[in-house]
Amino acid sequence: MTAEAPAHTPEHHDGEHHTSTGLSNEKLAMWVFLGSECLLFGGLISTYMFNKGRIGPDDVGPNDVFDIPFTSVSSFVLLMSSLTMVFAVSSIARGDLRGNRIWLATTAALGATFVAGQVYEFTAFYSEGLGFTTNLFGSAFYALTGFHGAHVTIGIVMLMSLLVMSMRGNLGPERAETVEIIGLYWHFVDVVWIVIFTIVYLFPQ
Amino acid sequence: MTVTDRTITAPEETLALPAGPAIAHRPLGVFTRPQGSEGWRSWLFTVDHKRIGIMYGAAALFFFLVGGAEALFIRLQLATPNGSVIGAGTYNGVFTMHGVTMVFLVIMPMAAAFANYLLPLQVGARDVAFPRLNAFSFWCFLAGGLLLTSSILVGGWFQNAPDGGWFAYAPNTGLLFSPSKGIDFYAVGLQILGIASLVSAINLIVTVLNMRTPGMSFFRMPVLTWMLLITQFLLLFALPVITVALFLLMFDRLWDANFFNVEAGADPLLWQHLFWIFGHPEVYILILPAFGIVSEIIPTFSRKPLFGYHFMVASGIAIGFMGWGVWAHHMFTSGVGPLSVAAFSVSTMFIAVPTGVKILNWLATMYRGRLRFTTPMLYAVGVVSMFTIGGLSGVTHAIAPSDTQQTDTYYIVAHFHYVIFGGALLGLFGGFYYWWPKAFGYKLSEAWGKASFWVMLIGFNFTFGPMHILGLQGMSRRIATYRADEGFALWNMVATIGAFVIAIGVAMFFWNVYASTRNWRRAGRPDVGPDPWDARGLEWMTASPVPEHNFDEDIQVDRLDHFWHRKYGKDESGRVVRAAPTSEIAHDGSNTNVHLPSPSYWPIVLGGGILLVGYGLIYNLWLAAAGLVFLIGAIYGWILEPADDPDAAGHHDDHHDDDDGDDHGDPDSNGGPSGNGESASADEPAETEEATVG
Repeated sequence: MTAEAPAHTPEHHDGEHHTSTGLSNEKLAMWVFLGSECLLFGGLISTYMFNKGRIGPDDVGPNDVFDIPFTSVSSFVLLMSSLTMVFAVSSIARGDLRGNRIWLATTAALGATFVAGQVYEFTAFYSEGLGFTTNLFGSAFYALTGFHGAHVTIGIVMLMSLLVMSMRGNLGPERAETVEIIGLYWHFVDVVWIVIFTIVYLFPQ
Repeated sequence: MTVTDRTITAPEETLALPAGPAIAHRPLGVFTRPQGSEGWRSWLFTVDHKRIGIMYGAAALFFFLVGGAEALFIRLQLATPNGSVIGAGTYNGVFTMHGVTMVFLVIMPMAAAFANYLLPLQVGARDVAFPRLNAFSFWCFLAGGLLLTSSILVGGWFQNAPDGGWFAYAPNTGLLFSPSKGIDFYAVGLQILGIASLVSAINLIVTVLNMRTPGMSFFRMPVLTWMLLITQFLLLFALPVITVALFLLMFDRLWDANFFNVEAGADPLLWQHLFWIFGHPEVYILILPAFGIVSEIIPTFSRKPLFGYHFMVASGIAIGFMGWGVWAHHMFTSGVGPLSVAAFSVSTMFIAVPTGVKILNWLATMYRGRLRFTTPMLYAVGVVSMFTIGGLSGVTHAIAPSDTQQTDTYYIVAHFHYVIFGGALLGLFGGFYYWWPKAFGYKLSEAWGKASFWVMLIGFNFTFGPMHILGLQGMSRRIATYRADEGFALWNMVATIGAFVIAIGVAMFFWNVYASTRNWRRAGRPDVGPDPWDARGLEWMTASPVPEHNFDEDIQVDRLDHFWHRKYGKDESGRVVRAAPTSEIAHDGSNTNVHLPSPSYWPIVLGGGILLVGYGLIYNLWLAAAGLVFLIGAIYGWILEPADDPDAAGHHDDHHDDDDGDDHGDPDSNGGPSGNGESASADEPAETEEATVG
């Protein structure tokens, strides 16, 4: 920064190389937002752990419904979507727009597979007698995983929006950072799922 | 573009830059944009942080009247034994709405008013990082505030008002004990207010971290900037916790979940934990902005730099961290166990230390200063003294056995009114008097201001001072009446009279605003000058009222209190002397060649959509679904709209290349050469902010 930079010339305020931290406003905002999201999921996970054991001996509990192999596979699918997201970011940074579209679509498809798996899982649990209102475990389980599923869904919508922009020729290498920022969100949602999967499914009940 | 590119661009050259031939087009899917800077429309669609700040302040003052009227009803009901002014049911609604209104609709938005108006100015920025999101925060706040306040009226007077106290303890808030719509209004309304505060917090954090003017390092930022920044971080991390709690409550009430259903084995203590993990940082969210304001006012009117600036900042940061470790002192009698009680007792005593550091630093700033007791200074000194009383009674709560005696009595009511009214509100009113000339171009009357201050202060002490005694006598909070033989009659009557004295003081403030404005207009709108108080911050370095573009040119800051050191220096004998007149240093606002964000319809449209979803959740889920569809449409409308309007008149803008980057399918969109010959790909997208809102 030089001392006598002319005031607020147009190129001065919105270029991302001129911020005080060096991060662009948009990227910093996403980091800050994700910090807040940690507390949201922290609250939900605490609520789940607080409540999961508060069921009667004859109630439907975690051991009655969980299908660990199935959820492991869908978790793996979601993890792989983080890898394809990395490819999407690197391809647009290299200017490979076609590759970028392919990887964006793949990431969205993997995310959609995960959500579909969750829908299937919810349906199966419901038919086994675990509804949202059945008991405290049901309420806490569906609230936590449902919030996460909603986050994945929003991520898919954003990926699809990027894809549409790309098809219309409005997502060139100069906007690589937009893809990167959506990627931050996507990775965050994946990491949260690892925590949820471990705590909800893998911890001994 | 590179840094060197910018340095060689002189202002004259920037003036000469042509707007470019490619400017006259309208991207696909984008509505026309609002134009003009006059009239009511310019306020509804503004994205200017100063106007948004003023609107926050006006809305907060409106809700202050609502909450104040509720307080007077409480005091009328309690004035005499066996009071019958309002019934017990209405009383529950009145005291709940009084608390909710004053916390969420008065103190927080008033602080947001100062944050919006002053943060960009104090760090020398042109606006906040995301001007449209900033406007959205305000409209979302207003939607939540109106929704919450409408609960007083819908379905009859206070029939559907929240009635569970501002803390809304479970299971008292379940459908069984609170069958009206009141708690639904509470849950949905606070949820909406939470969205508004969260968006605003992200925006302001990015503004302070990223948009500081050259040379404005962290430890050259004014203390107000620091305190507001810490407040935004507290909001950022505290709001999601109450969001979780409110979602659980909403699920219980709307969809029969079991989170607080004791019959199903739930432990309602979960609510208390979640609420107070939010609720205690919230206390600092309320008070830290006032601390910041006091830290600006006292040095100015003591004509001394703030004593121990670094300690002041560090103690603010310490409060920001320690505020997370004291929440269970609200729950000493709820059975959290002796270990928790002991731990939280200690942490609660400990947090008094950084607060005490602040009090001492303010006193040391005033010590041997050349004190000028203007109205803002009176308010600041009022904060220091009243907050100290409230802080000391707070320390008595840290001692658990004593707290057990005091819990749910008027002693607690006295304590938190001394810190929130005597601390936060007096500080914010002092801020009104202090920055009024900066925002509007004229001072409020000092005579009326001082009179109003003393009336408010005396009324305040007559209202809440006796409550210490009432509490120690054993008078319970939240009970609509008391018997004559309980011995509470005298001090209750004194408190009621005090409350009406406060009301007179507030009325004098509003009269002052009216009369000062009228007198200023009659006198031909004389210019108060950029720096009427001989102050220290960068906000005083530009014209009053602040021109739309804030500063004529970037300020190169070289130390703390940069503006002061430009005005004053030392002569050979070490005496402080005037180095330059303010008129030479301050900007006159004549630079019309500053790039400004364009106004937009979408923030208020989005706020309306949120209001629709809110009422839908309470009354009819189909309405909520329709509102959601509307909201999603509006979000896409927002994204498709370039952050800057290429057609805007009077805005110098050579960025149409990236402005129309969202222009789906328009063949011209990527072809327009920019005015200064840069290649389009060298510019960065200006509106990726929307991607983060999705």
